Amino acid sequence: MNLLELLGYFNYWVFAIILTIGLYAIIIKTNLIKKLIGLSIFQSAVFLMYITMDKVEGGTAPIIQAGVEDQIFSNPLPQVLILTAIVVGVSTLALGLAMVVRISECYDTIEENEILDAD
Amino acid sequence: MDLLAHLPALQVLVPMLSAPLIVLLQPRGLAWAGATAAALVSFAIALTLALAVLDGQTLVYAMGGWPAPFGITLSVDSFSAIMLLIVTGAGAASLLAARPSIDQQIGSERQPLFYSAWLLALSGLVGIVVSADAFNIFVFMEISSLASYIIIAGGPDRRALPAVFKYLIMGTIGATFYLIGVGLIYMMTGTLNLADMEARLGDVTDINPVLVAAGFITIGLALKAAVFPLHVWVPNAYTHAPHMVTVFLAACATKVALYVLIRFDYMVFQATLVDHGLQFAVFVMPLAILGILIASAVAMFEGHIKRLLASSSIAQIGYVLLGVSLVSIPGLTASAAHLFNHALAKGGLFLAVACLAYQYRDLRLDQLGGAAARMPWTCAAFVICGLSLIGVPGTAGFISKWLLISAALESGPWGWGLIAVILIGSLMAVVYIWRIVEALYFLAPVADEAKISEAPIQLLLVTGLVAILNIYFGLFPQIPLELANSAAALLIEGAQ
Amino acid sequence: MIPETAILVAIVLPLVGALAIVLAGRIGPNIREAATAITSLSLIWVVWGLLPTLMDGGRPSVEVSELMPGLTIAFTVEPLGMLFAALASGLWLINSIYSVGYMRGNKEKNQTRFFACFALALSATMGIAFAGNLFTLFLCYELLTLSTYPLVAHKGDPATVRSARIYIGVLLSTSIALFLPAIIWTYTIAGTGDFTTGGILAGKLNDPEIGLLLGLFVFGIGKAAVMPMHKWLPAAMVAPTPVSALLHAVAVVKAGVFAITKIIVYIFGIEFLFAAPSSQWLLYMAAFTIIVASLIALRQTNIKRLLAYSTIAQLSYVVMAAAILKPLAEVGASLHMVAHAFGKITLFFAAGAIYVASKKTEVHQLRGIGRRMPWTMAAFTIGALSMIGVPPTAGFVSKWFILAGAFEANNLIAVFTIIASTVLNAAYFLPILYMAWFEREHEGGKEHGEAPFLAVLALCLTALLTLAFFLFNGPIIELESQVVKGLS
Repeated sequence: MNLLELLGYFNYWVFAIILTIGLYAIIIKTNLIKKLIGLSIFQSAVFLMYITMDKVEGGTAPIIQAGVEDQIFSNPLPQVLILTAIVVGVSTLALGLAMVVRISECYDTIEENEILDAD
Repeated sequence: MDLLAHLPALQVLVPMLSAPLIVLLQPRGLAWAGATAAALVSFAIALTLALAVLDGQTLVYAMGGWPAPFGITLSVDSFSAIMLLIVTGAGAASLLAARPSIDQQIGSERQPLFYSAWLLALSGLVGIVVSADAFNIFVFMEISSLASYIIIAGGPDRRALPAVFKYLIMGTIGATFYLIGVGLIYMMTGTLNLADMEARLGDVTDINPVLVAAGFITIGLALKAAVFPLHVWVPNAYTHAPHMVTVFLAACATKVALYVLIRFDYMVFQATLVDHGLQFAVFVMPLAILGILIASAVAMFEGHIKRLLASSSIAQIGYVLLGVSLVSIPGLTASAAHLFNHALAKGGLFLAVACLAYQYRDLRLDQLGGAAARMPWTCAAFVICGLSLIGVPGTAGFISKWLLISAALESGPWGWGLIAVILIGSLMAVVYIWRIVEALYFLAPVADEAKISEAPIQLLLVTGLVAILNIYFGLFPQIPLELANSAAALLIEGAQ
Repeated sequence: MIPETAILVAIVLPLVGALAIVLAGRIGPNIREAATAITSLSLIWVVWGLLPTLMDGGRPSVEVSELMPGLTIAFTVEPLGMLFAALASGLWLINSIYSVGYMRGNKEKNQTRFFACFALALSATMGIAFAGNLFTLFLCYELLTLSTYPLVAHKGDPATVRSARIYIGVLLSTSIALFLPAIIWTYTIAGTGDFTTGGILAGKLNDPEIGLLLGLFVFGIGKAAVMPMHKWLPAAMVAPTPVSALLHAVAVVKAGVFAITKIIVYIFGIEFLFAAPSSQWLLYMAAFTIIVASLIALRQTNIKRLLAYSTIAQLSYVVMAAAILKPLAEVGASLHMVAHAFGKITLFFAAGAIYVASKKTEVHQLRGIGRRMPWTMAAFTIGALSMIGVPPTAGFVSKWFILAGAFEANNLIAVFTIIASTVLNAAYFLPILYMAWFEREHEGGKEHGEAPFLAVLALCLTALLTLAFFLFNGPIIELESQVVKGLS
């Protein structure tokens, strides 16, 4: 595989790197908010993957125009899917943050090791 | 179209649409009644569906009339029917019994929201089971997970919050892994419909992305299913959740993820990837064996009754996986039957624990002394369900142990090793169940005994009913066995 | 009543009885005891009513549920099971009489639970006796273990709970770890587990595996107490004496040896097993158990523990007799089940009566007790003589048959074992008899007379049965000979 081919997979490399960064943050950070930030980064990587794969070279938005015949469209389905996934991601984040608020009310801290010590 | 044809959709819609309505039912008790009614209706639907597919047929429902592979379809076959029975049965039974315990644990102003989240969790789990579309499964998985996080954290125990946070992180990682796998497959096949996927994967020339997808999906679902060693979120989440929520989730939540794992693996990957069945067995069987042995050993030394039973759940997941990893009809029959029987046994055990928890604040074993004298019916039900978990003949648990051992015996030269694992696991179950029994029956009372009496009748009746079902299905297991058998045939057929 | 119904009634009746006992227990102890009496009397009527059918060669059979193809819950009456059921139901009545005297004399707590669990245990025993296939046998076997656990743990103090843990631990784990795989193995290779005359395994299993399967069965059936699976029996002696008497001298332990005999006769088939050299070890193991258990019994100072080790030895008599694999010895095995039951229940009754009257539990405390409790000690003497095998007691008859079988098979090890153990039995029973009758009591002992009337009545009855069996054993031998009819 030559350099050009490698670069051709640029988006997928970025996907892998972002995914790893997110996972790293989730595992390594003890602050619960930072963990959630990591989780968001982790999920964003997947969004990027879906958006990348629907790209068709020379394709445009899939809107049928009168008079235009041999139009190439980008695949709309992954975009729809990922809209749903973004909604799911946002809900998860919201719920996670709500949990953090409750935890901070009950424990007076959002550091994981301090919470473990408290019980 | 007659009503039967619409049932797969109604199965999801009834609890899902009831959920927002429940929020409006403010007066005391009404929210509970509404949620229970919805759960009972969906249980009735599941029963009807199970009887309809008993002969091995598959009901397919095209949402909005769009046929597959363009539209989203729901499908119910015998494997999904058995899961539907488990999920809706657990939902109906736990909600039916829930009221006294929930009244005690959750403030009445929050109850409508709580019951609403509970119904959403139920509809999400049901949705996963009936979905024939990989992305829909993801959406339903997240609906059920988000709702489960809420109901687990809804109780008065503050330790539930960090437990839920851990569950949320691990659950989301699992779901995202699943999503990555589905994306890769979609990239290679251009479809999300499971049946269509199987058909088109055969034409894919570059198999590497599919292998990666198989890895992501298996790991992601194993996380959700609490397969050893990805189970770390289970003990705390089950222990600190409101007691009735533990009943519901322990009986069905991880099993549904396991169901998707089995379905994906047999219907999609084994049919298309060369030697995948063997690779799957080699990967899963050691995890199953380790899960059975290590989780049972942990349970043997656990001092908190709910945590002990949670560890035992992880071991039981191991039994199901062991049957699955045999890649044979007897093995899959055993697994499908064990899904059902374990839900009965573990549901009954946690129901009895909920009864105990109604009277005892501290659920550590050394605090439960004298319970049998004060709560004889609860303890009797606990013993029956415990025997079922061990696999004593005459109880439901025995049936699946028998099937599993027979399947291992037919599986080849290493069959005796597997039998040894199953039997050692059962002996460990004897030890941990008996530790609880001795505590309940023979330990000197610690708490102020005079105040303690039998649990409320509503809770007790359901617990007793589940205990009786454990015996009934031990003596007359024909219907679940028939479903399990035809599910196994379906999966093996799908794998070829 | 038609025989098929009678089988189900025999199993359900004690269950109903248990329920009645619980309900009657709320009204008063006399009504509760009446419930026990009525249940056991009707059980005798039902079970013994099956005898004529059996004598005529009938084999009534009934199927309850088919769990999966080939795996059924079914009951069949055949001579071995008939004998066991008749024995257990008959002795239950006598034991109930004794229990009332003992439990009241001892002012035990939780008597309702005691009598209810006893009835449950009898239901399981009937199930074992009439089991038509291996699975049903296993089902009832486990039920018997579980229903007797509360009886063993009756006292509820920490020491008792520890012993009860050994009891349930050994019995449950051997049955799950060894008995269950043996059953599943049998079902897998034979396709069925029905008890069939001549066995079902012939030609389906080869030599080394025959020995292995037999081992799984024999050690899996922990109730038979073949060493090294015998530890639970001495541990079970913490139970009140009526439990030791009926369950750990008759129902539970006999269920073990009965199951082994039945498996040898109806699953393996004695001719098939005789031809397999790898089955020989069973005989050696049983002989070893007989000798070693007798030696341990010699060293026991506690009466009940001594009786327990004597039971272990006597149980292996039955196993050894079955393992001789000759028709005469099989008949001897079934006869010895009966003979030992009569003798050992008498001995336990006597030990319990001594405890109720004087709180004595040790052998050395028995000096001169024959003068204070002549009836009890007379019965004890008869029981002990039966254990040794002296005529005119029951033990002589069964030993005769076993010896005859051993000579028929030219099995010198069996012959030698029987002779050696007879000497050992005499060595531990005769000193007790001498002490009780001819030595003087220690000064300053507690003044006491005989035990409560009901207890003494019961033990005299069983002592009489021990003697009567010597004279009137014709019908039993005739019945049991049906098992081996047509075999040489």
